[in-house]
Order: sequence, then structure tokens, then C-alpha cells
Amino acid sequence: MTGSEQNKQAPGSIGSSIGNVRDQIRQPLWLLAELTYACPLQCPYCSNPMDFAKIKSELSTEEWLDVFRQARAMGATQLGLSGGEPLTRPDLVELISEARKMGFYTNLITSGIGMNADKVAEFKEAGLDHIQVSFQASTEDLNNLIAGTDAFKHKIEMAKAVKANGYPMVLCFVTHRQNIEQMEDILDLAVSLEADYVELATTQYYGWAMHNRDQLLPLKEQLVKAEAIAHRYQEEQKGNMKVYYVVPDYYEDRPKACMNGWGNVFLTVTPDGTALPCHAARELPGMSLPNVRDLSVNEIWNGSDDFNKFRGFDWMTEPCRSCDEKEKDFGGCRCQAFMLTGDPANTDPVCSKSPQRHLIDEALDRGRAESEKSVIDQKPLVFRNPKNSKLISGL
Amino acid sequence: MSEAIFTADSTPMLALGYRFQWEPAQNCNVLLYPEGMVKLNGAAGEILKRISENKQTVAELISELKVAFDGADLDDDVYQFLEEAYNNDWIRAE
Repeated sequence: MTGSEQNKQAPGSIGSSIGNVRDQIRQPLWLLAELTYACPLQCPYCSNPMDFAKIKSELSTEEWLDVFRQARAMGATQLGLSGGEPLTRPDLVELISEARKMGFYTNLITSGIGMNADKVAEFKEAGLDHIQVSFQASTEDLNNLIAGTDAFKHKIEMAKAVKANGYPMVLCFVTHRQNIEQMEDILDLAVSLEADYVELATTQYYGWAMHNRDQLLPLKEQLVKAEAIAHRYQEEQKGNMKVYYVVPDYYEDRPKACMNGWGNVFLTVTPDGTALPCHAARELPGMSLPNVRDLSVNEIWNGSDDFNKFRGFDWMTEPCRSCDEKEKDFGGCRCQAFMLTGDPANTDPVCSKSPQRHLIDEALDRGRAESEKSVIDQKPLVFRNPKNSKLISGL
Repeated sequence: MSEAIFTADSTPMLALGYRFQWEPAQNCNVLLYPEGMVKLNGAAGEILKRISENKQTVAELISELKVAFDGADLDDDVYQFLEEAYNNDWIRAE
């Protein structure tokens, strides 16, 4: 995935408004269509599954359109077109055009690689509502190193083409220890590109990012500096450029309200048609992994074990079960609870009330220890590519 | 009180990237924007519907609403809503 999804746990703005929120009905509002795992980039912080090379059979155009229609009929309004790199799908314009006709607000989440000015105009014509271009860092060398390819100049061109076609320019930078000290350069670049929105997303430790966690976790002092810079630009750019800055959850003492609650608003469909309550949930134990090729979206959303597993509050263990904040954060992230504690029903260990908070602190310590090693002793970043995927998943 | 953004002559427009539409599943009008949605109450829906359909001044908007709502005295409510919508980045003034 192109990195920008990193920050989409909380499609939070849905339902918020000034004094006119109606009762929330449980239905999918957000359909994230991971169209493909093909990607020209190799970002080591990608949250795609590490064994993505196993996935062979992508949904066809017709199959995707059928999924779109079903989700739309159930009330989904936001469609995220993501991946991998969605631009590698030759039918992307058709998918956009049909989705827009159905009434979706269509979001293209892309690295910009494979795009050109003509294509942007074509997307506009097809009715695409929003393009988000992800950057890996602010300077060419680091950007290319992190992305594992020579992509930077092209991205700048694309960001400009997006603006020229009348879109708000939404830039996303996924921050981590290797680029967070460039916060000022990143924001200066955004200002010079006349960006409308800048999302300073923080790496979320799933998939490849989890594998590379020791090398990616930012240090406390880096964060303090970066946060001050982000706040300064928020003030200075008021009215011109909106800066969203998110503190990495490892440094918080309450977990994120992951997905706004399991099976609450968010539906991910992966390239092969697997339906998931979040894009990392494939890695949880005991999942039945229903597929849109076998079941309707309605059956999956309302009836499948996977989507009902962590709905509501009955599944919770202590300290969540009796916690008066459970309706605020839903106990955090099930995938993080599983990866770190071995049980997805445990409290997300980010929470200071979790008896396993030490797991997070130890991870932060390991990150610091790694950062203090000499360069030759540091573990190399493992880049997300088919070769590494096959190696790691034993194919 | 800060200076008013909207006067009778200004033209309110939906902000870049915002789309207004009727949502059958929600049974209400909504504003859609990058990765988000706002559900609108009746009055907000009536105002934003007109802003999204026609480029017109606040004065024209108010007179249209008066026709639709039996000459109701709604000037202050409209101005108040426009300021609020502006502060939420839903609309801009031209």
C-alpha cells in the first residue's frame, strides 16, 4: 500500500457535524478497495501482509464493480482506491467512473508512480473526487532510499498536476526514525508546492513495518522536536495549508480508536476478494476470511464470524471490560493486541492500564538501542518486494 | 466578534473537494469530502443544496429560501450558518 493508508484507522470525521448528527446505524461507510498488491515501490514501512507474493488472482473489473454496488447499496459513501499501487490496474479509470456514477466519494491513494498529467485529467473527467499523493521523505536521496526507487522528481511533478486539475492537493508523509528529523524540510516542501492538506502520518507497525520496527520507531526526543515544528507550521499556515499531525500510538498512554470500532464503519476488500474489518486483520488467528467471490457483502458484513468477532463490548477482557473509556477507544487495535500479547481480545498494550504496557516500552527501548549502534552493526531495513515476500513466507 | 466573512453581496461556494448529495441510506443530505462525511439537518441541507447547485449571492440565496419557506424571517439564521460552515471549512466566500 502506498503509505497513506497508514493513517486511516479512524475515518473519524464521518458523522461529525455541528449539532446535526443523527443516530449512528451500524453499516459500512468506508470501503477500502485494495485493488492490487503490485507496487513499483518497496517501502519498508508498508502494512501489506508480508506474504503478499502468495496472492495470485486479483478480482476482475466486473467483480470489483459488483462489490462497489453492494457496498454502496448498504450505505457506503467513501471509496478508497488503494493497493499496492492502484495505478498499476489498467481498468482504474473505468472503476473510478462507475464508482462515481454510483454516488461514491472516490479517493485515489497513490504514490504517483505511473501517473502523468494526462492521466490526472482523465481521472478528473471520470469524476474522481480526491487524489492523495504519498511521499517518503522531503529530500530526493532519502525519498529514493526509503522508496527503493528513483521516484521523487516524478512525485513533485504529479503533485503539481493534481493541483492544476482543480483538486485540493493532499500530501501524505509517513514518518519514522529515518525521516522524522526532516519535518521542517517536509513542511517547507509542502508549502512550496502550495499543498492544501498535509498529513504527517506515523508509521503503524503491521506487516513490513512490524518486521522493521527496531529501525523505524522514532526516539522520544525526535518526536518532541517534530511535534513543535508541526505545531509551528499549523499556526503559520492557518488558512493556507492544513497540517494534520498524529502522535505515534507507542508514545501515547491510551490506544487509538482503531477503525472506529471493529465492523462498525470500515470494510476492506483485498486484491483477491477477501473481506476484512481492517487491512491488517488477515494476520489474526482463527479468521474465516470470507471472500466476496463466495458471499455477498451483506452476508459478510452482518453474518460472518470475522466481522462479529469484536463488535460491541462483550468480547472484551479486563481491564477494558470494566473501563469507562471503552466506548471511546474500543480497547484499541485487535491486531496490535495479538501481535504483541498473543491474544487479540487483550487490551491494546499501548494503554497504560494494560498489564502488558511493558511490551511497548521494551519495543521503544530496543529501537533506541538499535539507533545507538554504529551504522555497520545496525540491522538493515527489509524492503517490501516480491523477492523478500517469497523469502520470508517460505515460497 | 470578528469581522463577518459573508455579506449580502458575497457568493458562498462549496470548498474545494466538497460534494453535496442526498444519501438514501442515511435518509438525509450529506456533505462528502476527502475521507469524511457530514450528515446535515434539514436547514443546513436546504442552504447547502442551493449553494452547491447555483452560484448566487447571499442576498439571492436568502430571497430564494424565503420563497421556499413562506417568507420566514431567516436572515440571521442563514448568516450564522454560513459563518459556522465557513469555520468548518465546508464553504468559501467569493
